[in-house]
Amino acid sequence: MEVTQVLLSAQSVDSTVRKHAEETLKQFQEQNLPVFLLSLSAELASEEKPVDSRRLAGLILKNALDAKEQHRKYELVQRWLSLDVAVKSQIRAYLLQTLSSTVSDARSTASQVIAKVAGIELPQKQWPELIGSLLSNVHQVPPHVKQATLETLGYICEEVSPDVIEQDQVNKILTLVVQGMNANEANIDVRLAATRALYNALGFAQANFSNDMERDYIMRVVCEATLSPEVKIRQASYECLVSIGSTYYEKLAPYIQDIFNITSKAVREDEEQVALQAIEFWSSICDEEIDILEEYGGDFTADSDVPCYYFIKQALPALVPLLLETLLKQEEDQDQDEGAWNLAMAGGTCLGLVVRTVGDDIVPLVMPFIEENLSKEDWRRREAATYAFGSILEGPSPDKLTPIVNVALNFMLTALTKDPSSHVKDTTAWTLGRIFEFLHGSAVENPIITPSNCQQIVTVLLESMKDAPNVAEKACGALYFLTQGYEDLGSTSPLTPYFQDIVQCLLNVTHREDAAESRLRSSAYETLNEVVRCSTEETARLVLELVQVIMQELHKTLEAQKLSSDEREKQNELQGLLCGCLQVIIQKLGVSEATKFAFMQYADQIMSLLLGVFACRSATVHEEAMLSIGALAYATGPNFAKYMPDFYKYLEMGLQNFEEYQVCSVTVGIVGDICRALEDKILPYCDGIMTQLLKDLSSNQLHRSVKPPIFSCFGDIALAIGENFEKYLMYAMPMLQSAAELSAHTSGADDEMIEYTNLLRNGILEAYSGIFQGFKNSPKTQLLIPYAPHALQFLDSIYMEKDMDDIVMKTAIEVLGDLADTLGSNAGSLIQQSMSCKDFLNECLSSEDHLIKESAEWARLAISRAISV
Amino acid sequence: MAPHDLRRPFKRAAISDQQRRRELTLQRQSQHRRDAQHQARCLANSILSLQNDAVADIEPEFEIEPQPEEEHARDFDVRQAARLRGPEARLWFAKQLMLPEWMIDVPDRLSVDWYVCARPAGKRCFVVSSNGTTVSRLRNGSQLHRFPSALPNGAKTNNSSRSGQSYCILDCIFHEPDQTYYVIDMVCWAGMSLYECTAEFRFFWLNSKLAETGACNDPSPYHRYSFKTVVVYNCDQEGLRAAYTGPVPYLKDGLLFSNKHAHYQSGNTPLVLVWKDENCSQYVLDTDSKGQVPDQQQVVLELLDDGRLATSDDPTVIFGCLDRDFIQKTGLVGSNLLRFAINEGGLCFADGKLERADLHYLGKTNRARTFADSYSKIMFQYTARYSPLRIEHLFASINSTNVQENSTDADMAG
Repeated sequence: MEVTQVLLSAQSVDSTVRKHAEETLKQFQEQNLPVFLLSLSAELASEEKPVDSRRLAGLILKNALDAKEQHRKYELVQRWLSLDVAVKSQIRAYLLQTLSSTVSDARSTASQVIAKVAGIELPQKQWPELIGSLLSNVHQVPPHVKQATLETLGYICEEVSPDVIEQDQVNKILTLVVQGMNANEANIDVRLAATRALYNALGFAQANFSNDMERDYIMRVVCEATLSPEVKIRQASYECLVSIGSTYYEKLAPYIQDIFNITSKAVREDEEQVALQAIEFWSSICDEEIDILEEYGGDFTADSDVPCYYFIKQALPALVPLLLETLLKQEEDQDQDEGAWNLAMAGGTCLGLVVRTVGDDIVPLVMPFIEENLSKEDWRRREAATYAFGSILEGPSPDKLTPIVNVALNFMLTALTKDPSSHVKDTTAWTLGRIFEFLHGSAVENPIITPSNCQQIVTVLLESMKDAPNVAEKACGALYFLTQGYEDLGSTSPLTPYFQDIVQCLLNVTHREDAAESRLRSSAYETLNEVVRCSTEETARLVLELVQVIMQELHKTLEAQKLSSDEREKQNELQGLLCGCLQVIIQKLGVSEATKFAFMQYADQIMSLLLGVFACRSATVHEEAMLSIGALAYATGPNFAKYMPDFYKYLEMGLQNFEEYQVCSVTVGIVGDICRALEDKILPYCDGIMTQLLKDLSSNQLHRSVKPPIFSCFGDIALAIGENFEKYLMYAMPMLQSAAELSAHTSGADDEMIEYTNLLRNGILEAYSGIFQGFKNSPKTQLLIPYAPHALQFLDSIYMEKDMDDIVMKTAIEVLGDLADTLGSNAGSLIQQSMSCKDFLNECLSSEDHLIKESAEWARLAISRAISV
Repeated sequence: MAPHDLRRPFKRAAISDQQRRRELTLQRQSQHRRDAQHQARCLANSILSLQNDAVADIEPEFEIEPQPEEEHARDFDVRQAARLRGPEARLWFAKQLMLPEWMIDVPDRLSVDWYVCARPAGKRCFVVSSNGTTVSRLRNGSQLHRFPSALPNGAKTNNSSRSGQSYCILDCIFHEPDQTYYVIDMVCWAGMSLYECTAEFRFFWLNSKLAETGACNDPSPYHRYSFKTVVVYNCDQEGLRAAYTGPVPYLKDGLLFSNKHAHYQSGNTPLVLVWKDENCSQYVLDTDSKGQVPDQQQVVLELLDDGRLATSDDPTVIFGCLDRDFIQKTGLVGSNLLRFAINEGGLCFADGKLERADLHYLGKTNRARTFADSYSKIMFQYTARYSPLRIEHLFASINSTNVQENSTDADMAG
């Protein structure tokens, strides 16, 4: 077959030709994969072939080795590993050969493919000579080959984890890379490739950064590269510096003064893409110090792995003026442009992080700038001053801020209505939002909002919601935080008198023709949700009226017929917002018996609307509608049974949604809600639900985060249907047992893995509890006896592991109690034989966590009874 | 290798509302899961704690003559006391009974949705049978009797075929004169929970199951006290008249009204109501410890941490506030139960809500009291002294319901 022609046809503008070629390639691949891959690599390597066919050949090769989706990726890796050795070594040879090509596209494509092969083979100890062959002769080759070699090394470092490459090879790679970055390197492409390679190789340089001489050398070369005449090299070297700042924070002290000097020069004088990276360096140092100080938690005796060097605090006198200068470099339309990112935005963001890092100290440094510029003629000066003011609101103590805010509040309210610049109004509304977010609420000692200014604030915010979409959106945000500050007030809220106006105004916003811009519609609904959440019984009647409004809106979305894909997208989004709002309302009204009773008259209608929303899509279910169902099931209780015949198919659809695992996860939670609402009336649906849940658990496509809730859901089902769970025992118990074995040990796992393991344990334990409790008082209790030893063994092993969190500890001791309570004397002897039950119980009994203690007390009673019978 | 994107969120809230809704939903779900499991455990826990009492063997306590706590403490060693969790266990039990509110106005649809019965005078208690013994506990959680009974698992007999898990919980009134437990509600029967069943079902079950076991038989060595059911009527003209005037084998203490659709719910509930007058009760007005009706109505209120005085309702009703000096001088602390007399000023209302109460402090209540008075009790006692709700009002309300229903019929016929 003439591969070249097919590859060229596959890029034809004529769609018939293109589709035919794609089909041919697909057939070729299916018929003979080894020959297909060989042909592609030969094509890529051949200097006689056109660049377009070479490039596509490389791209197809790359896609044959890797995929985004985990399951697919695993398949591809297994496929490659199982290829004939001779084929693979021939392909590798073609790839390495391509690195010497005079065509830069071919070289670059080959670099990426080599890295993908390395990503599969190096962890398997295959292709051990790869790094060696790249490094050999590198000093004798022409510059373009050296550049390709450096690029390949960079990609390899991006692809594999540091433990896969031996330290002596790492040393050689770093030597080559840093030499390539050196000012002595005459070839710009080589120097750029080296700089970019260093960025990826930094993670491998742990040992080298611990060696003073080597670290000094690397830092000197990186800092020198930031002064290169070539802008791309300056930018790439600043990227290295940013990465060094977060990876090797604790090694920075000797260099920080120099770094400050070069970054401040770059911020003031260099081109924007370089200046942005220079600012990012300081933002990432802030990130590090915020994390470290948070870990200190004010308790300076606590051990922290990394000490805080207070770089930001030391740099403050020079850093603050630098950042304030950037605030004045706004672009005219940055507030309307979702993708905008410029010096003023980066500098402003960095300023906010600096404030969070140092707290009170920054206030006197920023105040003069604010005072000087807040009333200036030039909108840039007013906006910058307002932004600076908004920035200092998170971090410093309320004592420091409250007096300033009390003075400024009125000014801000006036600016929001009167300032001629939309830009200034946008930032003013944002600043008001931050005032309410950080300085308003029941925890704040000296309230800045008083009966005398509350009305004015509300009036101004509602007025602003008629302003340009970006301003209105910020005003919604400000109202959100204003409302949130009045949460948990009990039966009366200062916002009650304005409740109706606020709701009406927000509904009007959702109807604005331009509500799609600047996320305005979403913001208005989110604020409405918060208004409902924080409402009191005084306004329950008005919330009830809102139900009807939202129902009408939802009804309208269902009427639209024959939608284009664009319109369908919009319908879907609007339905999501409305369902979200309904969910919040249902929860609110469901809390008290009186409002729930009044609300229940709408339950049938709401249910039919939600079913309508589900029916709008053929293959997937709407996550927001599913969440509303959960709230409705909880409010309706056993009466939810009447909706099950119509709803069931969507429940099943949700449980089958592997791709959108959030939807699957939400649906699993809803099954729990329905179990508690229906109790044994859920029985007719359990065969289907259990089948689906068991399929989910056996799937390696499903995101792992869904698995713990599925186990908990087993418990919910068992508790609801009691001994009827009998028929599922033979399927569910082995799943529980194998998951238990997997989650028993965490040794060597990272924090994220330990957290996941504890979630999984909690799910498994909740399943055991639900099942044991479900069978209590049943004549079929005997059926559980064979499973008891394994449950106890699981408790033993997680106790021995000593890494349970408090939640798991409580669930675990409860399982012990449930087991004893349900199995009685049958459990007694098993518990007495258990290695650690007694120690575990005693440890829980003396726990400082009263919830654990309480559960342990109950477990002790159950056990002593089981043993005494 | 392209430059790396370094955009950060700008002027944005850190968390999306949708994410917040998801998290709140998850919190709610796990809370409900915990509640469901906790409830299942507690039901058994209360039974289990009986065993510890068997070791400790508490003397019965009566509301009128409380035994000081310390006397008990001397009787057991520290280990037993710790296991007993005395006041805690009592408080827990005390919270399990469904407590009627006092009828201060007549509910709608009385004749349609409600039952009525003549309430026996005596000690309200929970009777629990399990593990071959039967224990009764008073409203304040303390033990009244421990005895064998014919209830399921209520005595150690040879034919104990029932599983060890089987137990019963009955809501009873112990009537001293004939030493009989009058069963007014059934909470659990033979291990089956009736908490989530309507009163209609519970009463049906009570009437069909109780006699089967022989629990209504006369006392015998394995059945120390007899149990009897109370006749429950539909609350129509005839039913109300029968309950109010009909002969019963016990001393009447008012009428008890139960909503047919209500589940068994712990604590104060407006779905069970008690009403009384001089014709059907000897104790219309509260008496003091000497059995005398005091000149002024007395009420028991709980002192909150901030000095306010609250009823036992949820949410509480506030009757007033003590000032700080007074609290310090008298050494009172939050959660103390205090006794007050209502002075000449009485209770003042505005828009149906209590506005002001003229209270006179009498002192702390005795220790056996676990609750303050409920709002409805205070109100019933208050109106009983000045303008009581009379039986005529109840009959009139039933009549008016009938009239309305009849008129609907008439309209349809016409």
